[in-house]
Amino acid sequence: MSESLDLTLKVWRQASHDAQGAFRTYQLSGISIDMSFLEMLDVLNEHLINRGEEPVAFDHDCREGICGTCGVVINGQPHGPDTKTTTCQLHMRRFKNGDTIVIEPWRASSFPVVKDLVVDRSAFDRIMQAGGYVSVNTGNAPDANAVLVPGRDQEKAMDAAACIGCGACVAACKNASAMLFVSAKVSQLAILPQGKPERAERVLKMVARMDEENFGSCTNTYECEAACPAAISVTNIARLNREYFKAMLVSDPV
Amino acid sequence: MSTVSTTTLNSRVPSGPMDQRWENRKQELKLVNPANKRKYNIIIVGTGLAGASAASSLAELGYNVKSFCLQDSPRRAHSIAAQGGINAAKNYPNDGDSVWRLFYDTVKGGDFRARESNVYRLAYLSNLIIDQCAAQGVPFAREYGGTLANRSFGGAQVSRTFYARGQTGQQLLLGAYSSMMRQVEAGRVKLFPRKEMMDLVVVDGVARGIVTRDLVTGKYESFAADAVLLCTGGYGNVYYLSTNAKNCNVTAAWRCYKRGAYFANPCFTQIHPTCIPTSGHYQSKLTLMSESLRNDGRVWVPKQQNDPRSPDQIPHEERDYFLERRYPAFGNLVPRDVASRAAKERCDAGFGVGTTKMAVYLDFQDAIGRLGEETVRARYGNLFDMYQKITDDNPYKVPMRIYPAVHYTMGGLWVDYHLQSTVPGLFVLGEANFSDHGANRLGASALMQGLADGYFIIPYTVGDHLASTSPGKITTEHPAFAATMADAVGRAEQIMAVNGSRSVDSIHRELGSLMWENVGMSRTAEGLTATIDQIRRLRHEFWKNVKVMGSGEEFNQNLEHAGRLADFLEFAELLTNDALNRNESCGGHFRAEYQAENEALRDDENYCYAAAWEFNGVDQAPQLHKEPLTFEEVHLTTRSYK
Ligand SMILES: Cc1cc2nc3c(=O)[nH]c(=O)nc-3n(C[C@H](O)[C@H](O)[C@H](O)COP(=O)(O)OP(=O)(O)OC[C@H]3O[C@@H](n4cnc5c(N)ncnc54)[C@H](O)[C@@H]3O)c2cc1C
Ligand code: FES
Repeated sequence: MSESLDLTLKVWRQASHDAQGAFRTYQLSGISIDMSFLEMLDVLNEHLINRGEEPVAFDHDCREGICGTCGVVINGQPHGPDTKTTTCQLHMRRFKNGDTIVIEPWRASSFPVVKDLVVDRSAFDRIMQAGGYVSVNTGNAPDANAVLVPGRDQEKAMDAAACIGCGACVAACKNASAMLFVSAKVSQLAILPQGKPERAERVLKMVARMDEENFGSCTNTYECEAACPAAISVTNIARLNREYFKAMLVSDPV
Repeated sequence: MSTVSTTTLNSRVPSGPMDQRWENRKQELKLVNPANKRKYNIIIVGTGLAGASAASSLAELGYNVKSFCLQDSPRRAHSIAAQGGINAAKNYPNDGDSVWRLFYDTVKGGDFRARESNVYRLAYLSNLIIDQCAAQGVPFAREYGGTLANRSFGGAQVSRTFYARGQTGQQLLLGAYSSMMRQVEAGRVKLFPRKEMMDLVVVDGVARGIVTRDLVTGKYESFAADAVLLCTGGYGNVYYLSTNAKNCNVTAAWRCYKRGAYFANPCFTQIHPTCIPTSGHYQSKLTLMSESLRNDGRVWVPKQQNDPRSPDQIPHEERDYFLERRYPAFGNLVPRDVASRAAKERCDAGFGVGTTKMAVYLDFQDAIGRLGEETVRARYGNLFDMYQKITDDNPYKVPMRIYPAVHYTMGGLWVDYHLQSTVPGLFVLGEANFSDHGANRLGASALMQGLADGYFIIPYTVGDHLASTSPGKITTEHPAFAATMADAVGRAEQIMAVNGSRSVDSIHRELGSLMWENVGMSRTAEGLTATIDQIRRLRHEFWKNVKVMGSGEEFNQNLEHAGRLADFLEFAELLTNDALNRNESCGGHFRAEYQAENEALRDDENYCYAAAWEFNGVDQAPQLHKEPLTFEEVHLTTRSYK
């Protein structure tokens, strides 16, 4: 039998977007240290249902750290204490018997709360639609090896492309800036030859949309990088800034 | 348990030489005039590889697309989780691959239960997919010189798998999603995230639209269209524990089945050999360790039963590398069904490892010795990290413990060569259809199929359907929409009204363990017959005793889960019936009565057909329609990996 934990949970409960939210306290005992954090919440919800109370709403899907659906603030840290780890991949062995765990949704005006721990991140999709792509229609592609991509560039592009779009970067930033998210996509496509033709236009459009969505500005505190489960580096933000200024110099206003 | 129909299904397979069938068919298909395309509305349910690729391609052609998904963003569809890679017959490594060989491997891998013409087309289109994705900026792995890299996967003796680290599905999906988002900006795709399709609207036998529930407000709505594309993925979660994302479900497909679409080969389910074993009763899902690991990892158990020693204390000669021993030609790279059953056989015989003894080792010591830790890290680093996060063991130092888990479903709604179901106007793409993998899917072929369906097949075949109907013929004013909506609303109210004492999750877990024990890796007529009764009992229990909190007019995940479980409880019976009907062992379907010398025994005389089931009412026996399968190019032989 593995060890187990007794815990006090303080969970943000908010019935809907317009409702007033508040923390509720729950006691949970006998939590196995091998459980994932979300499995611990599953156990809490089973208890609540059996007691006739509404379960806590939280977003999740793959539970493998790749879909970017999950994400809550755990004791003040987006996705909790482990680095490079999503909430679903966090395991209870990171906690101690008797711990109090405070669980809240992402806090950012661009990510309104839907219910309890669930927020609306559709602003990210709207930024992507502004320019996060290569304009190539189905059926127009040359042979995949016709355009060579040096291994080093491909690796750098892949590092940026690994973003899972969870929004932890926004939640971690005191200004609720989306720069890390936007810079990851801009970088991936600026590095790869396939993305080069639209490079200038892309960065201008994506940044403009990001501003329209009311994300805050970046003041280089790098909390985003520390919170990112996909290890997206802030060097991407530097690259975005370079791309942006270059684009401003050369392009017509959009 | 079923009645058999004598009518044959028209699969619309072209005649002529195999390698020209698709090109010939394309010549025959009717086209929609470019100026008219914008008058047609197409509903696409699902935004995985199949749905997103179809949405972008159809919108680029000028059609009006409405795209629905369960997640808050289309980018989070379950395809995102695919790790290992995508096959194509490029033959870049110059190791003897070809379209024909990919076709051959897929037909054989599927244990001769797939439709040859479809499989050939899939292999034929595979190369275009890689070109398309590379052009979108998908960062596929490359060699130093800049050309694309390949690796090998189970069931093949060539290296034809393209990959992006261990995140191939993510990168392919983000490519398709980006293309779709470009069309959203252009106004040709309208997104409806967090809207669940609850039913299909059929008017005079033709699919005309869907009814949805908004997952945030609980509001029901209906949408009319000239064609409906179902791209809703697989039904692996009928087993509760699987490698599928938690939201994967059978609901959309099941609703279509109940409206007249036939369901084919539901018993063809794939159990993946390399997953992290269960750790406790709270387990909510299982995590796959990509098959690519079998390239360098060696699978073994101790030669001694119940060996108490830790793996590093067991010398080489006291280890049983049972895949290499039993299948010297393919070794650790045998297909999934073969590898899974071999692992189960060893564990059942008392050779399993770990605390539960239901696990085998996947060992990288030799690979690390041969290639160095750095190379192994570069190939599999993210998988090793994931393993360590979950188990707290370091796979660079101790072998991984793995065990098979439900992973993929080959069965699905029956479709013809055009991907159209038995309900005209309803097309089914990706994992949701039954078409290409027969009784077993080879690794890295699902991504290929989803994208072939969406990018390169449906734009042609849906056009042919639309060209013969005038746009906007039926609107949501038609009474069928109100009636279908009333059904959907009524069902949810009925679930809420039960107000019993058992949680949705507890009933789903019970269904899952029933299915895993009796309709999993090894099945018997006796066990299947008993299971059908148990499923019915559990279904009854659900409708008498389920407890759903909250209301239907709000964001309510408990109600969503209950609705999906209600469908699984009906569907499970069909799956079990199908397994009982098929008195043979083939691919992922292993009937213990049909084996010889420990290997599966197929019965081509009696079962060389796709079983397509027609709904006759809940608690009524469904009707079986057989689509005979003929093999012109790849001759029916016993599958051997020895
Ligand atoms: C862990 C894992 C790893 C894998 N690795 C590989 C691999 O390496 N190579 C490979 O080839 N294959 C792999 N597969 C298989 C492959 O990922 C899937 O078969 C494939 O991605 C399915 O794609 P799809 O588009 O058919 O469906 P999905 O990606 O499952 O998408 C389904 C979509 O339908 C939507 N949906 C479902 N029901 C409804 C409803 N009622 N209303 C509205 N929307 C609905 C969902 O929201 C989602 O958008 C893997 C699978 C798993 C589980
Ligand atoms: S649930 Fe998918 S990343 Fe956590």
